[in-house]
Amino acid sequence: MDVSELIACPDCDCLQRRVSLPLGGAAHCGRCDAVLYRSCRNGLQHTLAYAVAGLFLFLIANIYPIAGIDMQGHRQAASLYDAVSVLWQEGHAEVAVLVGLTTIVSPSIQIGLVLFLLVPLHFNYLIQGAVPVLRILEAVRPWSMMEVFFLGVLVSLFKLEQLAQVEIGIALWAFAAMVPILIVGGMTFDPDEVWAKVRALS
Amino acid sequence: MNGGVMTAAQLGFYGCPICHRVTESIPGATDARCSRCGERLHWRKPNSISRTWALLLTGYLLYIPANILPVMHTDSLFSAQSDTIMSGIVYLWASGSWALAGIVLIASIFVPAAKLAILTFLVLSVQRRSTWDPLDRTKMYRVVEFIGRWSMLDIFVVTISVALVQMHSFATVSVGLGAVAFGAVVVLTMLAAKQFDPRLIWDSQADAPSLRESTDGHS
Repeated sequence: MDVSELIACPDCDCLQRRVSLPLGGAAHCGRCDAVLYRSCRNGLQHTLAYAVAGLFLFLIANIYPIAGIDMQGHRQAASLYDAVSVLWQEGHAEVAVLVGLTTIVSPSIQIGLVLFLLVPLHFNYLIQGAVPVLRILEAVRPWSMMEVFFLGVLVSLFKLEQLAQVEIGIALWAFAAMVPILIVGGMTFDPDEVWAKVRALS
Repeated sequence: MNGGVMTAAQLGFYGCPICHRVTESIPGATDARCSRCGERLHWRKPNSISRTWALLLTGYLLYIPANILPVMHTDSLFSAQSDTIMSGIVYLWASGSWALAGIVLIASIFVPAAKLAILTFLVLSVQRRSTWDPLDRTKMYRVVEFIGRWSMLDIFVVTISVALVQMHSFATVSVGLGAVAFGAVVVLTMLAAKQFDPRLIWDSQADAPSLRESTDGHS
């Protein structure tokens, strides 16, 4: 029996034979209905495109202010970095670290490592260290919370609107655009395709 | 459960959690590694039950200060106010932002409570080798994994409010100790969900042959 034809369901451990899928299809576990793998041709090229777009939006989201308020002539704007550093200066290092990890560090690692992995593969170079990269990507995934942060910004702006005049910053638009791009980009990423490519090159 | 279903573990195979490759176990070997990516393989996540319990119990402990202590202090020239998670929701509701109050109520009150309750139920059901519909329980687990991150919402709301109102002569917003406890509950429940192994739900099926021990290598 060739083990490359087999797949074990990550949710119920049911051992199944791989089947070939129509383009855009997804294979579900016959016992617990978990998604086992998807099929999309050149999925990695899509992932790469989303990662490049995500990188630019992420830079904008980090450099420019998210929002500003105007209170009786006193204006103040804050970027993502300002928000984290204010928490730190206030003495709430644990909250600052949590916010920094989920909104700055994890998304940077995700975007950076996907580019590190896929750019050389795109030009048919074999990279060293694909294994740790995939492992780190898997570990970081749940801790990257751009979409939750975006909703959090909206809620706080609605709240502050009762108190002061609120101005929306450029970074907020970048966040709005980045959220769907990171979600769709994540769905197109297929580690199996990475392995197939690595094997073809070596 | 239909008769033809066999798990990878029963047949002596490991599924790699990183690259999804299936690797056959080597008889007598104590240390299994993925034949493709070299990841260390286990039949089930090691000490899944006790680690999940440890994280859950700590989560329960911190859930109390997270809800009792204020998450945010607001000081202005005219008034000083401390908001707990619940009073923040009541404030939103009273000021007419019902949709917003609903979102925060779901993300900050309902989601953390549901995560703790569902994970406790799942761990207990596995320990008692329950035969309660495994498909339903697996779906519950997927819900917990999916919604977990959304309870970070209130932490982000406090962060942005503090950053924007900070250093104003007219008003100051600062982080309350409740936010620290609340953030810890979110992290602990996410880690607990990660430690729990949903395959254990299926292993306790009455007609499933008993799982081999990790040191027992014969196939």
